[in-house]
Amino acid sequence: MTTITPYRSTTRNTRDGFGQLLHAEWTKFRTVRGWVIGMIIAVLVTAGIGIFVAAGGASPSCQAVNGTGGQSGGCGGPTLTLGPGGEPVTDNFYFVRQPLAGNGSITVRVTSLTSLLPPTGSELGTPPSRPGAVPWSKAGIIIGATSLSTPQPYAAMMITGGHGVRMQWNYTGDTPGRPGTVSAASPRWLRLTRDGDTITGYDSADGVHWAVVGVVRLAGLASTVQAGLFTASPTIPVNSVNISGVTQGGGGGTASTAVFDHLSRTGAWPAGRWTGGYTEGDLAAEAQGIGGYHQVAGRITVTGQGDIAPAIPDQGQPGSSQGTIAIYLIGTFLGLIAIAVVATMFMTGEYRRGLIRTTLAASPRRGRVLAAKALVIGAVAFAAGLLGAVGAEIVGTHLADSRGTQVFPEPWPTELRMIIGTAALVAVVAVLTLAVATVTRRSVAAVSIVFVAIVVPYFLSAVATLPVGVADWLMRVTPAAAFALQQATPQYPQVQAYYAPVAGFYPLAPWAGFAVLCAWTLLALGAAAYLLRRRDA
Amino acid sequence: MEATIDVTGLRKRFGPTLALDGMTFSVRPGQVTGFVGPNGAGKSTTMRVILGLDAADEGTALINGQPYPTLRHPLSHVGALLDAAALQPSRSARNHLLWLAHSQGLGSKRVDEVVAQAGLDRAIKRRAGGFSLGMRQRLGIAAALLGDPPVLILDEPFNGMDPEGIVWVRGFLRALAAEGRAVFVSSHLMSELQDTADHLVVVGRGKVIADAAVRDMIAAASDDRIELRTTARAEAMTALAHAGAEVAATAPDVLTIKNLSAERTVATLTANRIPFTEVSAHRATLEEAYMELTRDAVEYRASAAPAPVAPADPAGPAPTTPADPPPATAPGAAR
Repeated sequence: MTTITPYRSTTRNTRDGFGQLLHAEWTKFRTVRGWVIGMIIAVLVTAGIGIFVAAGGASPSCQAVNGTGGQSGGCGGPTLTLGPGGEPVTDNFYFVRQPLAGNGSITVRVTSLTSLLPPTGSELGTPPSRPGAVPWSKAGIIIGATSLSTPQPYAAMMITGGHGVRMQWNYTGDTPGRPGTVSAASPRWLRLTRDGDTITGYDSADGVHWAVVGVVRLAGLASTVQAGLFTASPTIPVNSVNISGVTQGGGGGTASTAVFDHLSRTGAWPAGRWTGGYTEGDLAAEAQGIGGYHQVAGRITVTGQGDIAPAIPDQGQPGSSQGTIAIYLIGTFLGLIAIAVVATMFMTGEYRRGLIRTTLAASPRRGRVLAAKALVIGAVAFAAGLLGAVGAEIVGTHLADSRGTQVFPEPWPTELRMIIGTAALVAVVAVLTLAVATVTRRSVAAVSIVFVAIVVPYFLSAVATLPVGVADWLMRVTPAAAFALQQATPQYPQVQAYYAPVAGFYPLAPWAGFAVLCAWTLLALGAAAYLLRRRDA
Repeated sequence: MEATIDVTGLRKRFGPTLALDGMTFSVRPGQVTGFVGPNGAGKSTTMRVILGLDAADEGTALINGQPYPTLRHPLSHVGALLDAAALQPSRSARNHLLWLAHSQGLGSKRVDEVVAQAGLDRAIKRRAGGFSLGMRQRLGIAAALLGDPPVLILDEPFNGMDPEGIVWVRGFLRALAAEGRAVFVSSHLMSELQDTADHLVVVGRGKVIADAAVRDMIAAASDDRIELRTTARAEAMTALAHAGAEVAATAPDVLTIKNLSAERTVATLTANRIPFTEVSAHRATLEEAYMELTRDAVEYRASAAPAPVAPADPAGPAPTTPADPPPATAPGAAR
């Protein structure tokens, strides 16, 4: 009887680490040509549709700018006005002003703010003639405002048509004061004081008891600034779009008139007359006879339209996000389909012919196999999404520029968030799909689930025209909520607009929407890990 | 580190079917252990349980005393070929080996080595989906060898192989065992293991029927019988019966003799001047031994469409008396 010397493996393995698993899964991915081609298709589709839009017929709208007060954006028109934060702003309102040198204050009482709306059923552009309420009509006092077509730091105290007293500054800042509407029986007192860069806003019901509404520091405030009374009256957006793309519930330009008295000032004001006019010289409004002021025995009446607020692109038109760079990312949902198919096959390919047994025999810790696969497909999808989004934005912007098409500009952090966000959206959807495919082990089932959960809600909400309530709901609870990452212009509570997915506005904040997708993905990964561990391979 | 597989009391139920019913055996290093039984006897399930792929309801399966899922770099402990068709068809054969190597921290150099060992050099860049079953078996064997493991588990590696391939696998398995590895090979065809296995674990209906060295199994089935070829059959039967032998006519001019040695047979015939042309020790084939063992255990014989037909053995007479099943010998005792 011979003694057997058991064999010893001669291979020299490195440390048994997660890195090896990643390496193996990456090798698996890159060695199937169809999957690599699928990812390339995803890049091309994501970028291609946006580029097509930029180059083709469905170009970003020439009327890219909120037409409040008749700012004439559009092809060949003036470039959009950018606020101190880099965001596009509407900066055209009726301003009765004088220069204020150094520190000082202005106090006034408002006894009336009334508005006119466009006649019902009228065409856009019809002069307003029907009395009504404009929620964000504004009348009040302002320090540091625009020096004609160049937005400057400012702060304002105002009474609004439907949102009480507000203090607003630098277009996006907004804080509430006393609620309620103004009338002769219930007037509002407003006061602004300047002390260096700091401006403090007060309000009062009686001119005796004052409350501080806000204190803001305005960096870069010139030593001599414009200050005075103003009235603004923004365009009312059409509030819905029916299935054939016809606008309903007519919106349009409005006009508001405010009555001031008890004007008092401290500081170095000139002795001369007030200057009244639109800050950008609105010929259209003045041609319609809207805008002006007159003073009778301490009573000053100021009429105007327009707004001093963040600009919202192209309100109320179907597919109005065309006016923003978000349009270049419109191909994302088609690219997602290609990525979902590849991510599915990355897992179901294991099950189809029993390769999963080889995989799990090589790496018995199954949770780590799932993690490695998720990381690899996520990273590949991220790269594909990034390439697609960057390609679409760069080429699309270039084409739009070369065609002289005006596109609603965004501050670079927004643009970066949209591009990185698109890549992250695509990456997490790939991981979600992988997890679903692990649960179903069937390609058709997995792709169908992802399609129904993400692509369909997105398409119905953001491209087709579901009722806003349903669309908002879908974009809150489904994984498609992450498309909020592609929202270009933020929603400003102080600007009335058609905030619906179809107009490029999502109900959740960008990263909150992304968190909804991540939550779904974690749920699916948990189920996948549980089943992968528990089921026989 | 000892190269062993120890399977103890495995039980597993798939719905109403009891796939494993107390499966218990051991596989030792330095020999080829055949794992035979009819289709559905539980061979593949047992192998999957050993590899930690399926969970048994009861019992343990250990590799060198450790459950498979706790092994680090498992392919350096156990190489397995479960299903040669388990491939991504559009991936090249070499890339299939490459990802597997990467999962163990091995590089492409090791891939090239096993490719040469498995004789796949020419085809290795091709899509695995275009491989014949025989080529896939070679690819599967190459994959099993990647970690240069002391234990090899191969499920039906002869399936789909041409005769040249079968000869190659046999020699290859023997060589691997000679290096001190434990080689565990399943087959539903005993003939495939005839010249390969040193030891057999015969299973049926989810449990072990016999666990013995091949030579003991054949000896038991052969039962020391002698075959006599003679034209004078009647005279020979009379004379030999007189001498104390049990004689049976198994063919027109062939007698099978029991209880009488070859020398005594020749002496008796010579003394009685009975002509004969050949006296030989009857040696049962492994197939016969197996058929004996599994007679009661075969579940799917009638409906065994994929079950291969046992090679015809016209010279092999049915024994006059059924061979006693060989006692289950302790593994390695025959050495």
